[in-house]
Amino acid sequence: MFIPHTYEETISMLKTIGFEHIDELFSDIPAPLRNTNLDLPEALTEMEVSKYLEEISQANETTQDMMCFLGAGYYNHYSPAIVDSMLRIGSFYSAYTPYQPEISQGTLQVIYEYQSLICALTGMEASNASHYDGATAAAEAVLTAFYQFNKKRPKVILSHFINPQYAAVIDTYASDLPQVNIIHHTTEDGEIPSLIDNETALIVLQYPDFLGNIKDYSAIVNTAHEHGALICVIVNPIALGLLTPPGEWGADIVVGEGQPLGIPLWFGGPGLGFFATSKNMIRKIAGRISGETTDANGNRGYVLTLTAREQHIRREKATSNICTNQALLALAATVYLSALGKHGLQQVANTCYQNAHYAAQEIQAIDGYTLINTEAFYHEFVISCPVPVNEINDHLLDHGILGGLDLSEMYPEYNNPVLFALTELNDREQIDTLVEVLREFSHA
Amino acid sequence: MHEPTIYEISVEGRQGVRYPQPDVPEIPLPEIFMRKELPLPELSEIDAVRHFSQLAQKNYSVDTGFYPLGSCTMKYNPKINEQVARFPGFLYTHPLQPITTIQGNLYLMYHLQEYLKEITGFAAVSLTPAAGAHGEFVGVKMIKRYLEEHGQSHRNKLLIPDSAHGTNPASATMNGFDTLPVPSNSNGTIDMDVLAELCQRDDIAGIMITNPNTLGLFEKDILDITRLVHAAGGLVYGDGANMNALLGVAKPADFGIDVMHLNLHKTFSTPHGGGGPGAGPVVTTDQLALYLPGPIVTILEEETEDTAPLYGYLIPEKTIGRVKAFQGQFGVLVKAFTYITMLGAEGLRRVSEYAVLNANYLLANLRDIYVVPYDGLCKHEFVLEGVWKDLPDIHALDIAKRLIDYGFHPPTNYFPLIVHDALMIEPTETESKDTLDAFIAAMKSIAKEAREEPELLHAAPQSTSIGRLDEVKAAKMLNVCCLPQYDQ
Repeated sequence: MFIPHTYEETISMLKTIGFEHIDELFSDIPAPLRNTNLDLPEALTEMEVSKYLEEISQANETTQDMMCFLGAGYYNHYSPAIVDSMLRIGSFYSAYTPYQPEISQGTLQVIYEYQSLICALTGMEASNASHYDGATAAAEAVLTAFYQFNKKRPKVILSHFINPQYAAVIDTYASDLPQVNIIHHTTEDGEIPSLIDNETALIVLQYPDFLGNIKDYSAIVNTAHEHGALICVIVNPIALGLLTPPGEWGADIVVGEGQPLGIPLWFGGPGLGFFATSKNMIRKIAGRISGETTDANGNRGYVLTLTAREQHIRREKATSNICTNQALLALAATVYLSALGKHGLQQVANTCYQNAHYAAQEIQAIDGYTLINTEAFYHEFVISCPVPVNEINDHLLDHGILGGLDLSEMYPEYNNPVLFALTELNDREQIDTLVEVLREFSHA
Repeated sequence: MHEPTIYEISVEGRQGVRYPQPDVPEIPLPEIFMRKELPLPELSEIDAVRHFSQLAQKNYSVDTGFYPLGSCTMKYNPKINEQVARFPGFLYTHPLQPITTIQGNLYLMYHLQEYLKEITGFAAVSLTPAAGAHGEFVGVKMIKRYLEEHGQSHRNKLLIPDSAHGTNPASATMNGFDTLPVPSNSNGTIDMDVLAELCQRDDIAGIMITNPNTLGLFEKDILDITRLVHAAGGLVYGDGANMNALLGVAKPADFGIDVMHLNLHKTFSTPHGGGGPGAGPVVTTDQLALYLPGPIVTILEEETEDTAPLYGYLIPEKTIGRVKAFQGQFGVLVKAFTYITMLGAEGLRRVSEYAVLNANYLLANLRDIYVVPYDGLCKHEFVLEGVWKDLPDIHALDIAKRLIDYGFHPPTNYFPLIVHDALMIEPTETESKDTLDAFIAAMKSIAKEAREEPELLHAAPQSTSIGRLDEVKAAKMLNVCCLPQYDQ
């Protein structure tokens, strides 16, 4: 199957080595440690495994079977055919990290172009080659800020309205750096400026925030910069097709989850963490970076650059241990953005916005439902429901609708709050169906 | 010929993919939030397809040739993996769906957990970590938390062999540990006298060990090593990068290791993707299981005569916390599950047998021509010196680059650090005798050229579209983004 050796070849190779039996290859392992007892199911052929996996996959209900209004960090967008066709090219997906640039120019140029596109979207000057996901990119931003100030500024302030899973990952990453003090703000962002002082390294904001709000952060940015602190903004890359990028309003680090850029939901992974910053901080960031250079004949080419920051060189002095990242998903995002281009992304970004606003308007018009968002919002919004969200979601599921995320535990200050997400796939017919089913609870 | 960038082939007015207009009433976004410029390229679909197809051709890959990259396990990535991982039932499931709607995914994860426990001999596992280094970060943090909970916070030194991967010391630092190096002896394994002395200290948190080590040698004293460290009050971290030598041969839990990561993108055939995605599940003992990161898949309701079991999530009681959003690199997990299902116990053992056979066959054919600093029976990989005493101008880099002209991917070079000009070679089990023979012939020919025509090595590679690149220039005249028109 995957091992090509014939019996004769095996015997001849063993003979070259000076052995008769293959077991001799393991004679250096002390006998008490040899343990060949593996209790696993009987091996299946390709034909059988294909059927078996198909059966497993069919035990799921998918966003193709149901109307999906669930988001909260991962979004049900359309991925054009070109994206997966490029991902399926063996010389992309079966290559290793491009450590030998002469035979890795494909991957290296893709990373360089990916970095350029991330800069274009975020309005920043530099990007790395990717992180595991948006949450770990945010956590690495916290570490970057901590080391940027030579560990002298302990305070990191997290907005109450960043993705709670991101806040949890930041906590884990910072948990054994005793100098770091992660402050989870628990009220409106308007109060953040009063917390910023000369001990503050970083303020982490989200745009649009976890509840979908598009907010003007200039007061926070100005106060932070007056105190020499840095601003990290978690963004949704599709929203940036429409919204002023954080690079234009003072962000020092911009991170996010790149999954919306043509990457399937895939039950939450693999996705794509992106990380962008200003040029003057690039020597302090984690991860791989592709840079343009030339060969001896002046031909343009690309190499992994500034590698002296990384673990394989700096070892215990490295500020991050990341090596394997999400290169293939960076390719997906690069293909997606190239294929949609400026106008395609603007169109998708706008349709998400319009569908969400139509849905919000129709839902809040039902007796008993209130829209929590009071200002501008993007493609997610929070509705306060007349009955507990789990009851509503169970009922929606019966009607083939995947409801929004129940925020009752995360944001107990709201009454029966649910976070709906809309994309270009939720057309008017879907929204009207959702509204009809929600209406059944209006007199509860 | 260089391929122009997507910005260079962009033409104003093109659009590769079109979308329908919204069919709901439209309202404008408040002006203050509206972006003025969106500097993305504009390409037609065929422009984009040709561009990326051209770039793909500039890559070497497992699909195109032999990739003997030590410590990376560049085995063949079965095509069936790619196909099943894209079944709509897997592809179109949202990570926050109610568990009743994702029983297929949870069934697969639960059984993969069971398989990985069985293969390694450990009692518990978390599939969450996204890559090997991420798994290391998790495992070391579990050690940290365990020691704290047991009143051993003063233990802040992690022992790291000098042959260890660079991620090991970096993972230690990220978790607030200091590192103490443990030297190798003349056989290339851990120096037991030095280790015994280090274990006299009262601040030892543990050791990070790779077995087989990065020289491809089995640490024969592994039981004494783990016993010494445990007696000193420390725990043992296992770097599972080299698991491809041990499948169905030995179980790391039997070595006395307490916690260890696996690289599904090495041992279990999921592709490397040009640098990711990987997956780095962490396996551990009963003692440390409560510290694993969640969510872990468990059976919430046992099966009955009429119903299948109900799978759901579990967060261990003393968990180190969340290390990633959602449940892990699910698409990668599907591929590893498929691979294990196709191989079974016997097939997995064959993997390690042939990985070790191939490595020893290469070594047997190369040891008379190249210097082997630590010779003997190797496991899945071995290390040569890429330098000869009488040829001071030839280095590992020259040999590596010349191999490209012969159509091979170079071995890992300049690692491990304890070997001069190291060339670290890992053939994997999926390469045939013919391929290995061709590689041996190339290595012999290069050794000859090193003496007779050294300029061929210095000028290599010459068969590629681009020559050796100026890395100093890349770092000095930093150009990491091509957006000349974007002036903010």
